[in-house]
Amino acid sequence: MAEKRETPQLDELEKGPWPSFVTQMKRAGEKSPMAEELVGLLERSYEDKVGHWKHGGIVGVKGYGGGVIGRYTDLPEEYPHLSEFHTVRVAQPSGWFYTSDMLREICDVWEERGSGLTNMHGSTGDIILLGTTTEQLQPIFDDISDRGFDLGGSGSDLRSPSCCVGPGRCEHACYDTLDMCFDLTNEYQDEIHRPMWPYKFKFKMSGCANDCVAAQARADCSIIGTWRDSIIIDQDEVKQYAADGLDIQARVCDMCPTRCLTYDAEAGELSVRAEDCTRCMHCINVMGKAIKQGKEKGATIMIGAKSTIVKSAFMSWVIVPFMKLEPPYTEFKEMMERIWDWWDENAKTRERIGELIYRKGMGEFLRATGIPAVPQMVYRPRANPYVFWQKDEIEN
Amino acid sequence: MPKIDNGPPDYRLNLPPIVKENYGKWEYHESPRPGVLKHVGPAGALYSVRAGSPRLVSVDFIRDVCALADKYCDGYLRFTSRNNIEFLLSDEANVEPLIEECEAQGLPVGGTGASISNVVHTQGWVHCHTPATDASGITKAVMDDLFEYFKRDDLPNKLRIAMACCLNMCGAAHVSDIALVGVHRTVPRIDHEAVRKSTEIPSLVACCPTAAIRPDPKNKSVTVVEERCMYCGNCYTMSPGMHIMDAKNDGVAILIGGKVSNARTAPAFSRMVIPFLPNNPPRWPEVTEAVRGIVDLWIANARKGERLGEWIERIGWERFFDLSGIPFTDKHIDDYIFSRETFRTGAAFKY
Repeated sequence: MAEKRETPQLDELEKGPWPSFVTQMKRAGEKSPMAEELVGLLERSYEDKVGHWKHGGIVGVKGYGGGVIGRYTDLPEEYPHLSEFHTVRVAQPSGWFYTSDMLREICDVWEERGSGLTNMHGSTGDIILLGTTTEQLQPIFDDISDRGFDLGGSGSDLRSPSCCVGPGRCEHACYDTLDMCFDLTNEYQDEIHRPMWPYKFKFKMSGCANDCVAAQARADCSIIGTWRDSIIIDQDEVKQYAADGLDIQARVCDMCPTRCLTYDAEAGELSVRAEDCTRCMHCINVMGKAIKQGKEKGATIMIGAKSTIVKSAFMSWVIVPFMKLEPPYTEFKEMMERIWDWWDENAKTRERIGELIYRKGMGEFLRATGIPAVPQMVYRPRANPYVFWQKDEIEN
Repeated sequence: MPKIDNGPPDYRLNLPPIVKENYGKWEYHESPRPGVLKHVGPAGALYSVRAGSPRLVSVDFIRDVCALADKYCDGYLRFTSRNNIEFLLSDEANVEPLIEECEAQGLPVGGTGASISNVVHTQGWVHCHTPATDASGITKAVMDDLFEYFKRDDLPNKLRIAMACCLNMCGAAHVSDIALVGVHRTVPRIDHEAVRKSTEIPSLVACCPTAAIRPDPKNKSVTVVEERCMYCGNCYTMSPGMHIMDAKNDGVAILIGGKVSNARTAPAFSRMVIPFLPNNPPRWPEVTEAVRGIVDLWIANARKGERLGEWIERIGWERFFDLSGIPFTDKHIDDYIFSRETFRTGAAFKY
């Protein structure tokens, strides 16, 4: 390697208590000239206050239309090892559960054939292998495939589904998020690996309304665990929380959004008007040993979330208030396939499903997909009288 | 021949025995100390030790983490949706020694419960082609500054910070308690040669959300109606000829009060409180100071259990601007397409 590179600005970011990404980049740079040059290029960005990456060209591996993102620096003469510096997205196991042996397999491939730098994990959920050459892409795929891994999604396809920790480690999981994520990922391999849609589509699965994977904020289809019957209260445990000093009135009853909980401090008893409860999870989060979810569990299916670009961010909204979710998830898959067909047929290029529904109207979406309108879909009904009546609804 | 369409590794092969036995049967959890979760089921307890990670890590870092997992929890570990590492232990006796060794290796243990957990962030100058700022650097500077709150779990509630280096807002920054967002402030400079060479002009024109981009057939390129452009940078994604990065004018906006959980209140978008702070690497002092000010104001004033946005909605945004001393300007009032819902249509408000 050439003489030691001066990186005064980045060196500053090796100080302080939070673990430093700069230290990681330098560590990878000890073994990889690509990573070593990346330290230099980033220092250059810190000086110039602009990024030094160009648009992706089309790169990939045999049999796949996505999973690799092409990246090239705009300063290839100064940083020749970064003239090609592509990202490889590797599909993560459900819930990001690993064994050390499995992680080392990926590390070995990536040390040999890439920069040795990774993101654990990318925003969509994949393992991100950060930086390799075009020539290495196929060998990398061959090696990870031999070790039981596969590419994730990129471009206008189904992106790698992701899910919360679910029944693997959480008492709040109302359905098996880990299994459903694995099942959908395997079922829709073609949709993930060969982009053929108007734009990207994301599934995220959260086992309860706490939504630990932010599904409602960013997944075109957000699957949020819930239950349909009443919460279950254990009065002995209620008394124990009170004895341990929890202010049940203030922390639980007064913060309940529907005021459906009543606490009788003298008797030490908590009661619920079940028909008023919206199953928001607040009381269960605060006193989980005393309050349990109901027994009839499933999920609320929501549609449309996306981030800010272009027509503002959308939060997902309800299309099915309650659906039982058990393998092989047939009812869910049949509905999704109807939705995809309508979207594929009607969307403009780079139009997400939420934007399309907003443009065309929920009425048209529901009629096209056969999903029945229910009051849970809206906060309140429309305030204008401009209904699009259908031909069969008026007299000729 | 390598197999295509393998699908991801089967997560079931990676679950520790205690997880397999308690799968779907967990009864409750508690937090014995910040950074440790104890989940209890009929087959016994699982201890998860959570450690912060810079997310951008070398393979040797991963190997070090694997060695810790081998030593203390038979090699079982996972990552969280906020890029923390979680060691999954079935033997309580290993918890404290693991924490000690993590801390000794520079892996801080914390981020559970009512704390400030890891910052979800994007690639920034490290590897993105549209960034208005760096993401890893700001994240590091902010977490250094707020480090004590990663180690404590006695805040009013959890506080989630996310950092997006441009308006694509990868990683759900737009629904965070505090969102740091890279913003451009100048219209794209057109490289007509690059537009001619490598752009589908109709797609480029169509991609502009404010119809600021017009075709220029004579020139086989486009023009930009400057007063219509709000600098989203979407055109740069469609054409390398639309240069949106601007070293002098790019910077960071701060939006706050968002959340994804349904607990108590519906999920909410973060709202702009600071429209622009300069890019001031390597430590972005204006950004860390602003974040610190907001966090400390919330801690001092919120009721137990209130997320940042819930506290502000209770006292009113007009009171928040007053209390924080952050100046309110015309830039805080939405003038994009869904603005009307933010206008105050009642005569009841505070001063």
